[in-house]
Amino acid sequence: MAKKTVVETTLNGETVEFLCEPRECLLEVLRDELELTGSKEGCLTGDCGACTVIVDGRSACSCLMLAVEAQGKKIETIEGLAGPNGLHVLQQKFLEHAALQCGICTPGFLMSAKALLDRNPSPTEPEIRYALAGNLCRCTGYDKIVRAVTDAAKTLASGARAA
Amino acid sequence: MAASTNGKTFKVIGTRPIRHDGLEKVTGRAKYGADYSLPDMLHGKMLRSPYAHARIKSIKIDKALALPGVKAIITGADLPTLPDEMATGGEGPVNLAHLSENLLARDKVLYDGHAVAAVAATNAHIAEEAVRLIEVDYEVLPPVMTVEDAMKPGAAILNPKLRNKEEGDKETNIASHLQFKRGEVDEGFKSADYVIEREFKTAMVHQGYIEPHNGVAIFGSDGHSTIWCSTQGSFAVRALSAAVAGVPESNIKVVPAEIGGGFGGKLTVYLEPIALFLSKKTGKPVKMIMSRGDVLKATGPTSGSTIRCKIGCTKDGKLVAAKIWMAYEAGAYPGSPVGAGAMTIIAPYNIPHMIIDAYDVLVNRPKTAAYRAPGATNAAMASETIIDELADKCGIDPIQFRLLNAAQEGTAQTAGPPYKKIGYVETLEALKNSPHYKSKLEGPNRGRGIATGFWFNIGMNSSAIVHLNGDGTASVVIGSVDVGGTRAAQAMVTAEVLGIRAEDVRPLVADTDSIGYNDVTGGSRTAVTTGAAVFAAAEDAVRQLKERAAKLWEKKPEEIAYADGVLTTAGDPSKKLTIKEMAKQFARTGGPITGRGSVNLRTVGPSFAATCVDVEVDPDTAKVKILRATCVQDVGKALHPSYVEGQMQGGTAQGIGWALNEEYVYDDRGNLRNFGLLDYRMPTCLDLPELETVIVEVPAPGHPIGSRGVGEVSIVSPPAAVANAIAHATGIRMVVLPMSPPRLMKAMHNKRNGTETQAAAAGR
Repeated sequence: MAKKTVVETTLNGETVEFLCEPRECLLEVLRDELELTGSKEGCLTGDCGACTVIVDGRSACSCLMLAVEAQGKKIETIEGLAGPNGLHVLQQKFLEHAALQCGICTPGFLMSAKALLDRNPSPTEPEIRYALAGNLCRCTGYDKIVRAVTDAAKTLASGARAA
Repeated sequence: MAASTNGKTFKVIGTRPIRHDGLEKVTGRAKYGADYSLPDMLHGKMLRSPYAHARIKSIKIDKALALPGVKAIITGADLPTLPDEMATGGEGPVNLAHLSENLLARDKVLYDGHAVAAVAATNAHIAEEAVRLIEVDYEVLPPVMTVEDAMKPGAAILNPKLRNKEEGDKETNIASHLQFKRGEVDEGFKSADYVIEREFKTAMVHQGYIEPHNGVAIFGSDGHSTIWCSTQGSFAVRALSAAVAGVPESNIKVVPAEIGGGFGGKLTVYLEPIALFLSKKTGKPVKMIMSRGDVLKATGPTSGSTIRCKIGCTKDGKLVAAKIWMAYEAGAYPGSPVGAGAMTIIAPYNIPHMIIDAYDVLVNRPKTAAYRAPGATNAAMASETIIDELADKCGIDPIQFRLLNAAQEGTAQTAGPPYKKIGYVETLEALKNSPHYKSKLEGPNRGRGIATGFWFNIGMNSSAIVHLNGDGTASVVIGSVDVGGTRAAQAMVTAEVLGIRAEDVRPLVADTDSIGYNDVTGGSRTAVTTGAAVFAAAEDAVRQLKERAAKLWEKKPEEIAYADGVLTTAGDPSKKLTIKEMAKQFARTGGPITGRGSVNLRTVGPSFAATCVDVEVDPDTAKVKILRATCVQDVGKALHPSYVEGQMQGGTAQGIGWALNEEYVYDDRGNLRNFGLLDYRMPTCLDLPELETVIVEVPAPGHPIGSRGVGEVSIVSPPAAVANAIAHATGIRMVVLPMSPPRLMKAMHNKRNGTETQAAAAGR
């Protein structure tokens, strides 16, 4: 078993240091080492999106990234989505539109949706569905999720503060 | 039981408050089973069979045990032997010997992925390395993968001890044969002008919950233990873990974590008893999480099936006879939902003559588990497509054809007493009047299909407690795990009865020590039955409020009225107390107020649903695009409409996946080839349009709110609706599920070349 490595990274705006084995993926380290259990394990093969985080502005499956790859990068997880003034508009809209049932896919969807709106503030419905196609949901059929993201985009476009 | 409030207007029920657990779910703070950790915890992993059918000759664990960090290894031989008989568990009776053998094989492995050993180690990676060091010597046997192969004379036998009533002492793979009969079916067919007979094959599919199975167990040296896990039934986990691990049931506390989807697949146990047993052996807490591959290989999918369905009608569209033969895959142990399939296949119709033969058949596949209206979707694919074809032959609109034959109050059921008040006709009328059905569908390669579905809904046991707080707010404590928003609905029922706001009620899903016995969250029972228990508990609290006011005002409790959160008494308008004001007086009038409710509902209203889909079939790729989809469902009374719509949309989406892409692909050695979510292809956001919903409310008789079960029936009709839509788009009647591009392509190709036979049309 290889010796553990020290990794320094920026996590939700804070500089963070952690120890990990080279074989551990970022998802494991977030959940087990850093106790940030908001990112979920659904498949460990990058097919379900429940582990979605944002790395240097791009959405990524944290199960497909080795923890050591976080060195020097900017990582955003669900735990950093709400701001000092409360929930992010996306989180608020998910609640209003009942866009979650069991909620296990919700953190992943919120991160994918944030990554989308950060680069495309006025997406069309096909663009929203395309951007979220890497996040699986088995409970909702996606209808209310798409409505929530559409509504969040509209609210943000009208000048509301994100979080 | 309180009198039905049918016809009464509600103030809170039917509104759409933000769910009480919403904040923790959108911030990632909600704790699901895999999010629990204890100090000094070990991690458990399973060794699983690579063979579909084999005898275990020996298991050598010494190399694995020697790996640093490994603390314990167990096999089936370490677990107590349980009786080969039925006991209570989950949604119904469970054979404990089969359950235990499924969790850890004894002398044989019966499917690719059947667990053979379990390792506990200081971390998950070491446990996985140890698993690879365990040496098992197998004697490989021929795999039996389809019901046809299993029922053939001379088939390899999975369980040499299995017997069924008809075959006497003969070894067999047929676990049971049920038959339902009414009238004289051969006479019935004589009076039919049109008869259609087809053979259908539906593939095995999985519930597909995004969260894999998990469990954290700690066995204390005083004999008391605690299990945290994601489950649909904490009391079922307690009972089944106790039996499998050989630990007294009353010494186990099960704490239900939040659950990331169940759909029937988390009504049983896989890891919890093993984690408990490993904790007992090592003296430390043990955590186990299943990999996605193991979830697909080794946890209950629902049955694939072969259904031969023959239905006849007069040229005026009157159904006269039905003859059905159905064989469902049970998997490695008996218990497919073929009985439910048989009881639902023609449930929406009044057919005077019928005979249904239903077979539960063992095959070398994982032991099947419940999946949302288990058995009914397979069945509806057969019956609803044949009925569509008969309607076409008669030149009658498909909704009208169903109305002509619709089951109503007093119609005989396939089994059991005649229907009480049901909402099938209302559901059909609502579909007829829906914006979707009224719209025109135009364009080449497009077609519209409808289908309907039936599901019983179960009642069973629920208990609830309502505490009144000193500030006029309340908490409601329930034992029903919340899979999709029921916690909020129960808070709303409490608020309705107490006359306060939903926001002023705190709902809590409690562990098995803190609340009375509750049957599982499944069978579409939670809103109805836990709702009835909560209603009773809140009414009990109101009764006590009236007693306290009576004490204060020196009146009799019968002279006190309670409405909208205010206590009054007739003839004296000066005497008035809000619940908030009364709460300040609890201490001096007798102490805190706690209301309790406990119910065991024997009969609950069944549900009907209807699906309408518009499809476009690509003539070159055979890809089916869903253009528009609507689900209509009779729910009796919707507690929280947003979450009722959510159930309807979810069932529709799963049904569409079942219709078009989902299937288990086994090779000729019996190994599962698509044990990941890329190739076990469930619908994504991009595969579906908006999902329209129409809620119908025909109140269920005898229920205080009139609710019917919500969760399941919406999955029953979509595959048949999609098949009917494809038929209207292409002229091809598909008789297989899924109607994936390769199969539809073959059928379209055969049709174009004029080589259409029954088999070719089916895409085989």
